[in-house]
Amino acid sequence: MTETRLGQATNFDSWKHAYAKRAENLAVSEVRALFSVVSRPEVVSLAGGMPDVSAMDNDAIRSAFDSLMSSRPQYALQYGGGQGDLRLREQICQIMELDGVHGSVEDLMITTGSQHALELISDLFLDQGDVVLVESPSYVGAVGIFRHKEAHIEHVFTDHDGLSPDALEEAVERLKADGKRIKLLYVVPNFANPSGVTLSEERRQRVLQICRDHGILIVEDNPYGLLYFEDQPPKALRAFDGEGVVYLGSFSKILSPGLRVGYVLAPPAIREKLVLANESAILSPATFAQMLVSEYLATCDWQKQVADYRNLYRTKRDAALEAVRQYLPSLHTTEPSGGFFLWLTLPEGLNSKEMLPLAVTELVAYTPGTAFFGDGRGHENIRICFSHPTAENVKVGIHRLANVIDRQIELLETFGSSK
Amino acid sequence: MSHRVLILAGGISHERDVSLKSGRRVADALTDAGCEVEIREPDGELIGHLMASRPDVVWSTLHGAVGEDGSIQDLLSLARIRYVGSLADGARLAWDKPTAKIIMARHGVQTPTSITLPSSSFRELNAESVLAMVATELSYPLIVKPAQSGSAQGVNQVNNAKEFSKAMIEAFAYGDEVMVERFVEGTELAISVIDLGGGPVALPAVEIVPESGSFGYNERYTPGQTDYFVPARLPATVLEAAAEVAIAAHSALRLRHMSRIDLIVDEEGTPWFLEANVTPGMTETSLLPQAVTASGQSLSETYLSLVEVALR
Repeated sequence: MTETRLGQATNFDSWKHAYAKRAENLAVSEVRALFSVVSRPEVVSLAGGMPDVSAMDNDAIRSAFDSLMSSRPQYALQYGGGQGDLRLREQICQIMELDGVHGSVEDLMITTGSQHALELISDLFLDQGDVVLVESPSYVGAVGIFRHKEAHIEHVFTDHDGLSPDALEEAVERLKADGKRIKLLYVVPNFANPSGVTLSEERRQRVLQICRDHGILIVEDNPYGLLYFEDQPPKALRAFDGEGVVYLGSFSKILSPGLRVGYVLAPPAIREKLVLANESAILSPATFAQMLVSEYLATCDWQKQVADYRNLYRTKRDAALEAVRQYLPSLHTTEPSGGFFLWLTLPEGLNSKEMLPLAVTELVAYTPGTAFFGDGRGHENIRICFSHPTAENVKVGIHRLANVIDRQIELLETFGSSK
Repeated sequence: MSHRVLILAGGISHERDVSLKSGRRVADALTDAGCEVEIREPDGELIGHLMASRPDVVWSTLHGAVGEDGSIQDLLSLARIRYVGSLADGARLAWDKPTAKIIMARHGVQTPTSITLPSSSFRELNAESVLAMVATELSYPLIVKPAQSGSAQGVNQVNNAKEFSKAMIEAFAYGDEVMVERFVEGTELAISVIDLGGGPVALPAVEIVPESGSFGYNERYTPGQTDYFVPARLPATVLEAAAEVAIAAHSALRLRHMSRIDLIVDEEGTPWFLEANVTPGMTETSLLPQAVTASGQSLSETYLSLVEVALR
């Protein structure tokens, strides 16, 4: 056929030719679009890792707000320094002591949530192809940043006691033998996202030693450490090594993610560069949010609020485990002693990502395990977040999930494995 | 006097995200045209709100069952509220892909041979035998798709038995019936049809050339991943034939005001009907808005005209 009419081509992106190579990963995701339904009240969302802010003492926040606006509005509404508010940093030092971390206000920097700290650290250390060692599975937000930096993400075997030091050592030896540059170990040692497991005390020492021996900087992310349901977790890795560990913390889980206030404690040389990078990226973290957090910490009983959260999330964890035992008795689940998450392993052959549309039809949402791997694994896993729905809805959601899994098993038995 | 338009968007379908984007785009265009626009979710308070506020016109950008299977249209008719888009009977015919194909075949329009099966039939008849028979009779490559869905969700091209089984599981995640269709190689076209009261008119055909070779969800909604040629790079006679098929589909399926007809034109220049869209996407990368713009009209003018047609 001959072309008799030539149409004008468009692709709705005039700047396609100009993007950096790393922008290739930034595409629309069908799975992400499916999550749009979680805002509907009919849907029980076990997907997003959100705190239950309905349990927050709003009067305390309002009182902190009023106090701030009546005493220091001229500072709260102004630009701040790149390192963050000094009074808040002093208060954070006291909070970190609860995890055994002794740090100086000089080595602490405020960030826009700890996700921002992770972005700055990755930008500082990672060239294309550099290796980041992570747990297996690892936090989706970290995997996303490392992927965007075009790093090589190496998952290290992880079990109910957390990251395996033996597997870590093996991975380091193997990668070094392959000529790879290993830059970072990223770890969430307490009630990890997504697995819920906690790195044991004994393993913490071995992990520290292995990283010291091989010159690998540890990035310790600890957003859930204060949300323990039984015993307090072991001391932070940073408690034992001030030079080899960069420590990240956040107010997102114990106060409010809407304020976007996190922090990073780093060795002085790294901290210096982080502050410069922070100023370059955003001038200063949000002054108003920092000062509101600071006022809240100074004037309210925040430790009671955290204790209330512990009780609330313990109840929800119990509801989730009870529902799993009742409706999904054959599935393996982690049994976290803190934090927000269960990690389920599906029957062989099931694919959590392919099953998600069926779950949406049944009005339940979860996060497929594939989100927590940088190497395509995780199809057989599901992350359940029990922190946000009510305990009753956690049970309803898991019951619905059980029906979805039954239906998917039926399809699998009919058509064979989808692998 | 400006028209009070209530836009329905969102819902709990798999295409909720697309629906919300479509709704906001339509709202922007109608606001620019001087309408008084409100966007609402279909929820437990919708009926009460509709009856109390009685908008001049409702424009539903709901995708998926409630928006496209005739339900919302029936309710609006019952409430005697005017709305843009197809009436319930047309929506029902077009929403169900196998039904639409049967009707088009009866009107002498080519449509790829297909078979539609519910999941229960596989359990009763042995899936392996059924799939083997279907593959033998229709021949690979095949297109596997949910019988009722949009945005290419759950749609896969398969080339062998292993892919076939996997695609069936994926498609059944979106609904209880799956259609398996013979693949037709050719140029992929979307022809939007608009009827502003003077009869259905085909807008310029949009030729779809996805970078990956497959026009899936990501290729539809990520700017830059698909090249669109408007009008399509086909001979005028072929484009005319394709436009005739689009208008025939719009009429035969009793669609009203607007629709989008998806076609494949094979190497011989024959247009093959694939499916009709009751509620075409209206996002920034969607096909109907492209066709409107290519026809020389502004979106605001065209959408306002559709509102005014609905008011008649």
